[in-house]
Amino acid sequence: MSDERLLTLSSSPHIRDGSSVPKVMHTVVLALVPGAAMGVYLFGMPALVTILLAIASCMGLEAWMQWLTGRKITVFDGSAILTGLLLAMNLPSSAPWWLTIIGSLVAIVIGKHLYGGLGQNIFNPALVARVFLLISWPVQMTSFPSPKALAGADAVSSATPLTAIKMELMSHKANIDITQLPQPSTFDLILGVHGGSLGEVSIIALLIGGLYLLYKKIITWHIPVSFIGTALVFSAIMWLVDPMKYANPIFHVLTGGLILGAFFMATDYVTSPVTNKGMLIFGAGCGFLTILIRLFGGYPEGVSFAILLMNLATPLIDKLVTPSKYGEVKGNG
Amino acid sequence: MQLIKGKGFRGGVHPPDGKELSRAKAVVTLPVPEKVIIPLSQHIGSPAESLVKVGDIVKKGQKIGEAKGFVSVPVHASISGKVTAVANFPHPAGKSLPAIQIESDGLDEWAETVKENPNYKNLSPDKIKSIIQDAGMVGMGGAAFPTHVKLSPPANKKIDTLIINGAECEPYLTADHRLMLEEPTKVLEGAVIVAKALSIKDIFIGIEDNKPDAIKVLADAARSYEGVKIVSLKVMYPQGGEKQLINAVTGKEVPSGGLPMDVGIIVQNVATVAAIYDAVRFGIPLIERIVTVTGSGVKEPGNFRVRIGTSSLKLIEAAHGFKTEIGKVISGGPMMGMTQYTLDVPVVKGMSGLLFFPQSEVKSYTPEACIRCGRCVAVCPMGLLPNMLGIYAELERFEDAEKIGLMDCMECGSCSYVCPSRRPLVHLIRYAKTDVISKRKKAA
Ligand code: SF4
Ligand code: SF4
Repeated sequence: MSDERLLTLSSSPHIRDGSSVPKVMHTVVLALVPGAAMGVYLFGMPALVTILLAIASCMGLEAWMQWLTGRKITVFDGSAILTGLLLAMNLPSSAPWWLTIIGSLVAIVIGKHLYGGLGQNIFNPALVARVFLLISWPVQMTSFPSPKALAGADAVSSATPLTAIKMELMSHKANIDITQLPQPSTFDLILGVHGGSLGEVSIIALLIGGLYLLYKKIITWHIPVSFIGTALVFSAIMWLVDPMKYANPIFHVLTGGLILGAFFMATDYVTSPVTNKGMLIFGAGCGFLTILIRLFGGYPEGVSFAILLMNLATPLIDKLVTPSKYGEVKGNG
Repeated sequence: MQLIKGKGFRGGVHPPDGKELSRAKAVVTLPVPEKVIIPLSQHIGSPAESLVKVGDIVKKGQKIGEAKGFVSVPVHASISGKVTAVANFPHPAGKSLPAIQIESDGLDEWAETVKENPNYKNLSPDKIKSIIQDAGMVGMGGAAFPTHVKLSPPANKKIDTLIINGAECEPYLTADHRLMLEEPTKVLEGAVIVAKALSIKDIFIGIEDNKPDAIKVLADAARSYEGVKIVSLKVMYPQGGEKQLINAVTGKEVPSGGLPMDVGIIVQNVATVAAIYDAVRFGIPLIERIVTVTGSGVKEPGNFRVRIGTSSLKLIEAAHGFKTEIGKVISGGPMMGMTQYTLDVPVVKGMSGLLFFPQSEVKSYTPEACIRCGRCVAVCPMGLLPNMLGIYAELERFEDAEKIGLMDCMECGSCSYVCPSRRPLVHLIRYAKTDVISKRKKAA
């Protein structure tokens, strides 16, 4: 006979599905590996150094902050690794070491722990850091080395496809025509052979990771589909209005950080809505704002700003968009 | 008879069902126990009042506890013998509660009140209801709500549909499955009697399609029954929740805060209607039931027909004892069942299963902060925001929790089940509910 004193008393349910925060975070990290690996392949050693440095400093700072605030030390729960990796993927491969470390500091200390740690922050920490760096060190943040395939041994800085367009638009020429600009082929865009942040360029690699996340049910389709869909529709309308000034929708989706943002950053649990309906609105807002900034804003790229703005709207969306309760619609019966 | 497909319901989860342990095990009737402990409260509502005292001789089926008030039912002796105690005993609900202990005289003699009614098919609805009440009938799916109360809708509520719940969506439990397989006629006859008590014709029997054999057996048996429809339901927990079942079978939703009768529906569990058949035809009160004894902690899981009041120790014996050190005992299923603090509790009317988890399978989870993943929201069958309910409960903002539907929560456990932060959402929700209920009582 068993010992009754050893019987555990607990509240139902008595089984769990086995998911956990570390599992979720590590799956996302794994899903980012193809994109990051392509970054290293395309941009070489500096990309790898940036990635490792960002991860190491994010983890170190996380441990330090948790120790400082007396919270449980959970550096290995995967969330600091993820923040570091995402930050690195949003940096040029040529980012100087101090820029990476400052970025990690902003992400972990300001972006996460000042709000109260995991789950409490309003903005995506990696994006807060990226935007902070972009505003403070615009030169370092916007000189993108060309992929090795284009430049041979010595990487030369090259404008990203989106920057090229913005420069043309800002050139005050009499007849602006972006279709004449030398741009990478669609194939190169999908593969990632063009200038840009080290982890945003390879669409194919990012899609593989994104599909993996969908397959693993870590994310649902709502945010990526509404984000990309809205960006497609909005940019298509503008392109039909004036193809000389506005790039075609496919180009918009394949360039910049749109795919990285739609699958990996806008889907960040903490800073996006909890309901499916809310996610659709959130994604649509991200897509719309991204194109709006790209076409009419001062910056060539708008994904980070768009997501951060929608992060800000998330509490409101969650307040207004609640699931319809069982028995509520057909109530009063 | 008609065989139709259920329409499904929103949300829900797919826990591993564990039913393979006992699904193929035919019901075994256990020998009459030497002793039973019959709690006076085995139902929702006021406990029954004892009609006997120590030393009294009682017969099987004799009423030994009288219902107190309308929302209450009597209890009956499940064996013949001598009352040896009227005192507090451990109860599966987790406390020590008043109960009557009877020691068997080994004769297993029926009380005179128990006799067959050859005329049972011609009883009036009111007579059927009073027999059901007198037989101590309660919902045997676990809730143990007095059946006659459910069958007595106020005059302004028109009932047109009876749904028999054979979903058995709780993992591990197979008692209802076996009952449907082995005694389909009892289930059907019982359902017809209940329909008669409600003066209606339409009967739906909902069964999850992980029990194709039961669907087939019942469909075959129901061939000659007009007005009976067998509904094959897709496997999804909590398909057997009353509101989810109604939704899946009829497409209707019970209004928030309301009852099934508000949409003209009454739901009864399969085991309950089978027991109603015994009561109405043979005059046998609710004195036995089928209990699934299972979990990887016992050597031979199975389904056992036992007298109410039988010690769980007898059931453990029937399952050939423990394989290993037991860490958790649950009355009911793993999603909604209650843990037991002792291995010796009596079988009560609402006990559908006893689940034994070995020490090695008992995990304790450290809750983390909510990461707002939205999974709990996606699975909640009631369309609530379990994440917010949990946070409000933690902050003791009970009124805010109430405003967003706290009291609509059916405590199905789906939200806690999927939460990657292992937040004890159901626990927090119960905590908040207790506060709201006590405030309401004070206000009343
Ligand atoms: S909030 Fe209640 S009804 Fe909703 S999933 Fe959780 S326990 Fe079930
Ligand atoms: S499942 Fe858990 S972590 Fe996710 S939103 Fe719900 S409470 Fe928060």
